[in-house]
Amino acid sequence: MNSTTGTWNCALVGTPNSGKTALFNALTGSRQKVANYPGVTVERKTGALMTPGGLSVAVVDLPGTYSLRARSPDEEITRDAVLGRLKSETTPDLLMCVADSTNLRLALRLVLELKRVGLPILLVLNMIDIARKRGVEIDVAAMSAALGVPVVTAVAIRKGGTMDLLARLDAMVGELRAPHRESVWNAPTAAELRAAQREADAILRVAVKMPAKPDTLTTRLDAVLLHPVAGLAILLALLFVMFQAVFSWAQPIMDLISSGFDWLGAQVHAVLPPGLLQSFVENGVISGVGSVIVFLPQILILFLFILLLEDLGYMARAAFLMDRIMGGAGLHGRAFIPLLSSFACAIPGIMATRVIDNKRDRLTTILVAPLMTCSARIPVYTLIIAAFVPARPVWGLFDLQGLVMFGLYAAGIVSALGVSFVAKYAFWRAEPSPPFMLELPDYKLPRPKSVLLGLFARAKAFLVRAGTTIFAMMMLVWFLASFPQAPAGATAPAIDYSLAAMIGRAIHPLLAPVGFTWQISVALIPGMAAREVAVAALGTVYSIQGGKEAAGAIGHVLAGQWSLATALALLAWYIFAPQCASTLAVIRRETGSWKWMAVTFGYMLALAYAAAFATYHIAVALGAG
Amino acid sequence: MYLFDQVPESAASAPLGQARQGFRGRIQAIAPAGGESSLLPAELERRLIELGFVEGAAVEILHEGAFGRDPIAVRVNHATIALRRREAMAILVS
Repeated sequence: MNSTTGTWNCALVGTPNSGKTALFNALTGSRQKVANYPGVTVERKTGALMTPGGLSVAVVDLPGTYSLRARSPDEEITRDAVLGRLKSETTPDLLMCVADSTNLRLALRLVLELKRVGLPILLVLNMIDIARKRGVEIDVAAMSAALGVPVVTAVAIRKGGTMDLLARLDAMVGELRAPHRESVWNAPTAAELRAAQREADAILRVAVKMPAKPDTLTTRLDAVLLHPVAGLAILLALLFVMFQAVFSWAQPIMDLISSGFDWLGAQVHAVLPPGLLQSFVENGVISGVGSVIVFLPQILILFLFILLLEDLGYMARAAFLMDRIMGGAGLHGRAFIPLLSSFACAIPGIMATRVIDNKRDRLTTILVAPLMTCSARIPVYTLIIAAFVPARPVWGLFDLQGLVMFGLYAAGIVSALGVSFVAKYAFWRAEPSPPFMLELPDYKLPRPKSVLLGLFARAKAFLVRAGTTIFAMMMLVWFLASFPQAPAGATAPAIDYSLAAMIGRAIHPLLAPVGFTWQISVALIPGMAAREVAVAALGTVYSIQGGKEAAGAIGHVLAGQWSLATALALLAWYIFAPQCASTLAVIRRETGSWKWMAVTFGYMLALAYAAAFATYHIAVALGAG
Repeated sequence: MYLFDQVPESAASAPLGQARQGFRGRIQAIAPAGGESSLLPAELERRLIELGFVEGAAVEILHEGAFGRDPIAVRVNHATIALRRREAMAILVS
């Protein structure tokens, strides 16, 4: 207990898929803070709750684990937090062990192990509603007596589903105040684990009656979804639908946002007197930030798919289906989930590699994650495809633009598999591949509330980024493109006299061989901060160059100014280019070394240059120059 | 304690890693020979137990992967675990 605030510290521990995070959300509501543990990027979620009896409790949500015997960076945090070994954390006063009521076997063994730590324990049987519906009968009193710890049931996702739990915390106050027993925990041996599992099984026999048939819905769904042929076909179809959705469903809302910003720009144009301020607000702020915010609907649709699949329990199945295919490329089946998240953004993807316990596998996954087509590339791809690829139906079913988009995604996937294959055979040939062992949880209907909470967090993060990083970059680009101003009586467009033109022309010789114009060279510099900034930068450069009419339709301008070969070369460049400062920073943090960050940057830049070079020259040779 | 009720390895026991989809049986022993996995035998044994593979547990192979029938999805008592055949070689079943 914290003696100055009178707050008790409670740690949430549980096996993966036990609904721990849902319980944490239910207990602490909006009173939570997400940060990182010092020195490592394991997410540290804390929150506060007040019991009906007036007990003030600080809750920390720890990464899921089957045992305190830590095998990955995530699990090490759980072990050290529970044992009070983390310098930054106070030792918990209470362990709240969360278990999925439909799947208690491994959780009970964990409780038996946690008892050795000597702290008071409360076992929470979560998702009791689903268990009852499936015919699982639990004798809570018998289980509590057999385990020797208090047991309480809860439904984290229902209002009032945690009332019993809170009342039980009040009842435990005496135990909390009593001096703790000494910890006798040590990493259990195989014999100890075996004995504990048998004891857990014996308790299950006494206290739990399972239905004669397992969850038939999961069994029937898996018969199709894990089928060697149908399962893979469904997975591919799902990915394809996801990309078509991102490209077509979002369009009406994007048009709306885009015309909203155009309207705003026109208002500013009318209100402000012509001059520097007008140019700054209209070209720098509104068209720059607006051209990025327009992509919010696409990013939300992508995250919606990922969150739904995660909550449904499909992600573990996808890992199962992909294990052998990824294994052929030198990747672990578990790498599928981080790589799939990388379609949204490489940063959460790279952070999700913490679930991979083998160091080598984790490193390979981190190296190739930025090759997966993240949502920040969508603005660039969309812009160029819309400007250069005609929207015409193919085979009556698909749209040519959608197909090109799918092709770009496929190129990202193929190159990621290729790079990891090379890494495996070039650097790690001698090491045998580590095991793949994963629990496949029962399917559960995603809860709208938790999906919405997740979407909201993503939208907020994106808008904050658009308001800070991208806004700052836009101001810089506007400044570079506007100063020094054109001398009186100048005949060329004003931008030709600017700093941007000087910088662009200075690095243009390096990029000319791949077919880039000097305007692209300018846009690529702020694009180092974040890929989508390049679109905004092109918008600013061309609107300052071409005036009002150019700002409205950047795609039109590009179609008039670039050759098809240049456009294709830029697409090829963007499949590979390491243009994201935040991703590089996360790689540096997650690998703990500058070396791997430099390796990632170097190999991606080399691939980008080579791909753009080849694309440009092949296209020119075919007459697209 | 359960020190003495280890089920003796019967002549009929075979590795789970060789069983086909639809196989149902009971675990006779967790006995990594070494070499089947990149994990050391003692570590593989502990990980398998942590996922619920202990002597006497009922197992059933529910699904097989598309390539080389690998990995496999195994029902262990009431939970489903995915693992590769090479690690499943350490699980002797009958």
